[in-house]
Amino acid sequence: MNMTLTINNKKVTLDIKPDEVLLDTLRANGYLSVQRGCDTSSCGLCAIWVNDEVVLSCTYLTVRAANKNVTTLEGVQKEAKEFADFLADEGADQCGYCAPGFIMTVLAMAKELNNPSEEEIYHYLNGNLCRCTGYKGQIRAIKKYLEFKNN
Amino acid sequence: MITIKEYVAPESLEEAYEILMSGKTNLILGGFGFIKMGSRAVNKAIDLCNLSLDYITETEDEILIGAETSLRALEINDIIRNYCGGVISQGVSNIVGVQFRNMAKVGASVFSRYGFSDLLPSLLVLDAKVRLYKGGLMNLDDFLERDFEKDILVEVILPKKKGMAVYDCIRKSTGDFPIINGAIFKGENGQYRIAIGSRPQRAKLAIKAAKALENGDDIEAVVEIIPEELHFGTNIRGSKEYREDMSKALLSRMYGKVGV
Repeated sequence: MNMTLTINNKKVTLDIKPDEVLLDTLRANGYLSVQRGCDTSSCGLCAIWVNDEVVLSCTYLTVRAANKNVTTLEGVQKEAKEFADFLADEGADQCGYCAPGFIMTVLAMAKELNNPSEEEIYHYLNGNLCRCTGYKGQIRAIKKYLEFKNN
Repeated sequence: MITIKEYVAPESLEEAYEILMSGKTNLILGGFGFIKMGSRAVNKAIDLCNLSLDYITETEDEILIGAETSLRALEINDIIRNYCGGVISQGVSNIVGVQFRNMAKVGASVFSRYGFSDLLPSLLVLDAKVRLYKGGLMNLDDFLERDFEKDILVEVILPKKKGMAVYDCIRKSTGDFPIINGAIFKGENGQYRIAIGSRPQRAKLAIKAAKALENGDDIEAVVEIIPEELHFGTNIRGSKEYREDMSKALLSRMYGKVGV
């Protein structure tokens, strides 16, 4: 079936299957920042935005994104790089496999929450798993990034 | 693995219901989170996205929650957060992560009557009703007792109760399925409602225990009623005996929080 959606501000028409999920559609169309992790809605690796809401592309039927705006890490390169520098500075990005989904969630949080507490940051990021770090470095990086953004 | 032959987004409830009933393997998509985890061949997957069922509104006496409302909306909506101590928001905030809650729908969560639901205990203690397209209006506790029957859950209705409610749970890690969960409501008139979920069966009201609290019985005696009144079972997350013991701790903890 044919459908039209917007990916990273570019309108595209795609031929998809009714049971295809955005993770597969996006990767098949070259958006390789979107990672396959658990494939069971648990790990957050595949996080992207649909109409500015952070969702899990492994569980989002592509057909449901018709006429919506889909954003992947490729669509927010400048902001992602800005935050990734803070991650690097804190030694919080080891294998990097979880980073795209993690960054998409952090950027969504930065837009949604005003000056979040540490508890609110942890809560917002509950759905993002990282098996390399103990999250401490990531939290340090987020706090410094938010401080930088607020100034 | 799940396969879908055809995706449909009807323009009316009537049309959606007709499609649902027209084939054995037709189903309502909801948030697709738990459907995706299963293995089945779906003929027509019905998306309710065109039916304007994504709302949280209030009247003088009630709060109305549309079936297509996301769990994240329940978590952050001011009407829900300010209702009876924000018990509903507390409960759903434990479900996986923000990304998942942005996708999961109230209607699917309630209609599916999942045993592990973090939403049902709170709704039960708040005397929620459900409106089904064919089945009409019914109390949530009645609905939870019924066998599965194909229908469409249109909205959840909360009476505006005066009082305080608390949700709590025991789980191995945040975002994981609960081992046991529950909620307690204490009304301004001294009325209590207690619900225990993830037993691992679906949530259920503990009516005798609530009555005992209303009669002024000591909480240490009341917690002993829970394992007698409700049936507990064993699954991968915990044994029957463990849940029975934890139900006492859970009620005691919730009672302390709801205000003696």
